[in-house]
Amino acid sequence: MLAALIIVFREVFEAGLIIGIVLAVTRTVPGRNLWIGGGVLAGVAAACVVAAFAGALSQQFAGMGQELFNASILGVAVVMLTWHNVWMARHGSELAGEMRAMGRAVAEGSKPLLALAVVVGVAVLREGSEVVLFLYGVLATDGGSAGSVALGGFAGLALGAAVCLLTYFGLLRIPMRALFTTTTVLIALLAAGMAAQATAFLEQANWITALNTVVWDSGWLLSDSSFVGRALHTLIGYTDQPTAMELTVYLAVLLVTFVLMRLTRSAPKVAQPAHS
Amino acid sequence: MSVAKLLSKSVFTAAAVCLASTLSIGVVQAQQATEIELSYKDKKFTPAEITAPANTAVVIKFKNLDAKAMEFESKTLKVEKVVAGSTDAVINVRPQKPGRYEFFDEYNEKTARGALVVK
Repeated sequence: MLAALIIVFREVFEAGLIIGIVLAVTRTVPGRNLWIGGGVLAGVAAACVVAAFAGALSQQFAGMGQELFNASILGVAVVMLTWHNVWMARHGSELAGEMRAMGRAVAEGSKPLLALAVVVGVAVLREGSEVVLFLYGVLATDGGSAGSVALGGFAGLALGAAVCLLTYFGLLRIPMRALFTTTTVLIALLAAGMAAQATAFLEQANWITALNTVVWDSGWLLSDSSFVGRALHTLIGYTDQPTAMELTVYLAVLLVTFVLMRLTRSAPKVAQPAHS
Repeated sequence: MSVAKLLSKSVFTAAAVCLASTLSIGVVQAQQATEIELSYKDKKFTPAEITAPANTAVVIKFKNLDAKAMEFESKTLKVEKVVAGSTDAVINVRPQKPGRYEFFDEYNEKTARGALVVK
């Protein structure tokens, strides 16, 4: 039972962190529970479908279907997160400037909500399909232990939900003004980390072989399979043995996010002198 | 603003060029890989230890003979792959320095273990 708890918790931990962050980002947006709940449900449903077709999926692309699938959905999440940050760079300043415009912004707020719902769905889908496969394997086996393993699995799920709540309430302790900056940085790092992870999958599939030398090995200091290492892996993309390509992609995503945010933010500033 | 635009454009171009060049290199390197067969049955790897020469890519032709899904994982080799019940999988391992690299089934971490010895 304990083994099942640990395995399931390890998988849902990452999704829990991401959902917690997304909840904090959208805390003032009405109707966000519907979107995020929808994202979670869609993720669970998709995880079941992926688990059911896991065999067929891995046979695609000369046996590399699973790696390419993981890389693609991570790519989608990276685009959504980056787009959210860019959208907030343009509209967030309007929000802070004119509190009365809140109503209008709320109507527009459904756009980034959709993006974040996709991110939540992707996070649940990635980790969820492995949980489904594991629990299905256990439940399909005859034997008295199935019940206790299932119990352990659900306890693991509950712990994952606790991580989500802890992240959420932890972030809410940050004052409103600082929260915006904090979540912007968090989301940019999250996106860069996911992009590096997608790169790692493409390397595993041999689709990327350039710059594949390991730049450093910090496993002695902080292993990415330790608890703290895993948390940092999800949050900022920490890896104890990054390749040159993973580092390049990581920095490129941060640079692109920064440039795009500057580009969109500068637009209203140019328009302002004409009004005053 | 135009500088920033130019910058982002050049980043995208560089990324595209990088991707194009890596794809062509990938084809060349794949031919030099060492192939090793490995199977998994009753929560055990056969053979439990496999060997490969140092500094060459390794391709593990993996067969999961159990009816249940398993997850082939190795922290030191940086490989994580779910293999559905009764199916085959291809596992790519990038060139490694000499040493012993452990792998295991994440769903049965304590009992189902094996290792790749690079010489």
